[in-house]
Amino acid sequence: MIALIPLSAVVLKSTDRGWDSFWNAVSSPQAWAALRLTLIASVVVVIVNAIVGTVIAWVLVRDEFRGKSVMNSIIDLPFALPTIVAGLTLLALYGPRGPFGLDVAYTRFAVVLALLFVTLPFVVRAVQPVLLELDQEVEQAAESLGASKWVTFRRIILPALYPAIIAGSGLAFARAVGEFGSLVLITGNLPFKTEAASVFIFSQVESDNVTGAAAVSVVLLLIAFVVLLGFGWLSRKVVRDEG
Amino acid sequence: MKGRLGLRFVAIGYLAALLAFPVGLVFYRAFEHGVDAFWEAMTTPDAQHAFWLTVEMVAIAVPLNTAFGVLCALVLVRQNFRGKALLNAAVDLPFAVSPVVIGLALILIYGRDGWIGDWLIENGIRVIFSTPGMILATIFVSLPFVVREVVPVLREIGTEQEQAAETLGASPLQTFFRITLPAIRWGVAYGVVLTTARALGEFGAVSIVSGKLSGQTETLTLLVENRFQRFDLAGAYAASVVLAILALLTLLSMNLLRPKEGR
Repeated sequence: MIALIPLSAVVLKSTDRGWDSFWNAVSSPQAWAALRLTLIASVVVVIVNAIVGTVIAWVLVRDEFRGKSVMNSIIDLPFALPTIVAGLTLLALYGPRGPFGLDVAYTRFAVVLALLFVTLPFVVRAVQPVLLELDQEVEQAAESLGASKWVTFRRIILPALYPAIIAGSGLAFARAVGEFGSLVLITGNLPFKTEAASVFIFSQVESDNVTGAAAVSVVLLLIAFVVLLGFGWLSRKVVRDEG
Repeated sequence: MKGRLGLRFVAIGYLAALLAFPVGLVFYRAFEHGVDAFWEAMTTPDAQHAFWLTVEMVAIAVPLNTAFGVLCALVLVRQNFRGKALLNAAVDLPFAVSPVVIGLALILIYGRDGWIGDWLIENGIRVIFSTPGMILATIFVSLPFVVREVVPVLREIGTEQEQAAETLGASPLQTFFRITLPAIRWGVAYGVVLTTARALGEFGAVSIVSGKLSGQTETLTLLVENRFQRFDLAGAYAASVVLAILALLTLLSMNLLRPKEGR
């Protein structure tokens, strides 16, 4: 009840002046630009996460080197670190006063960078346990039958990892769509350029346009639900097709 | 072998560029003018107030969420009723919903023109733009952690011991405190650590309901933003480092608790 009542208030508020006002709020150029940026950035972030996250999980499970345990424990840092600190942290290195002269602050790349930071652990932590459980005998069999490393990976390992990669990506996507704290400082929140949907909602609340904020919120809620349901369905489908 | 080294390089490089270097640099920036400057930035009245307000919110939100979380997990695992799937999904909602939307939802309920906001204000209770609203926001965003950690443990331990205790005449409360709670204590502890980390670090939801009144409704995370906006970079870095240290402590306790879960 604590969770459901307030959220239904948002849904009701978004349509309390009829569907037209809901639609006008969502399709205003600024809201539309913010929603589009959030969606595109989230898709990019999920693709990068699916690839790099799997690589990191692989290295953590199959590779041996000094400092691996340190690497394993800092993976969770983005979950533990407050998002506003994450934003400031990235700004320190990739902002105007950064030591390497790499300045991406107030660009769309900054949005992607911040989202990459906060969603890092999802795919890694989903894939890692599956890789640990994976039977290495099948891989050895494939290799002894003449399969190259790449073929073994693509035909034997990757299919076993798909459900975990998809599940982790779904969580990362949902998180990326709603992310706020890490974006505030590094993106500069320039409307039409670097203003993400959550930041747009925030600015609408501050300027007392609560109905507009609620309308965009409902779109975000819908996206999060569709994504979580969709990725869950996809991950079950992959398991079924395997079986 | 070459491929393996390549992958290792990619993984380490990615983590270094995204995590290690930036976090390290914030620590360097916070202390580059010496420990005294850091100490000065953290002992201003605003910083002190922000620190204690954050502590207060954690001290209220974490015990409440722990009690609720254990209760909710017990209901989800041990009881069957209609709408259980709905409850199960609702518990996870705060994970899927943007913190800004959570903040907005609270304003629509408790704020001016809100569902019960006007009645509350008439009776002299201010929720939005004051501490109660911020505590509500914190409870909301950190709601699922204890439930999610305790549910699998409860499933695993089964009900045999509890049934044995009841047959021997233990009351439900006795059974809970003597049998169930000790069995799930590591799961609870892990959930508490995660809840604390989230409660300490919440920004979006708290920011939207706080009104950002410096020295009144400003938590540590809001202080970071406020100082940054006022071009007090050193001060922002100092407050960030305090939060980062708390985050590192969280990581440390997570790592200490994790192997014990398997026991």
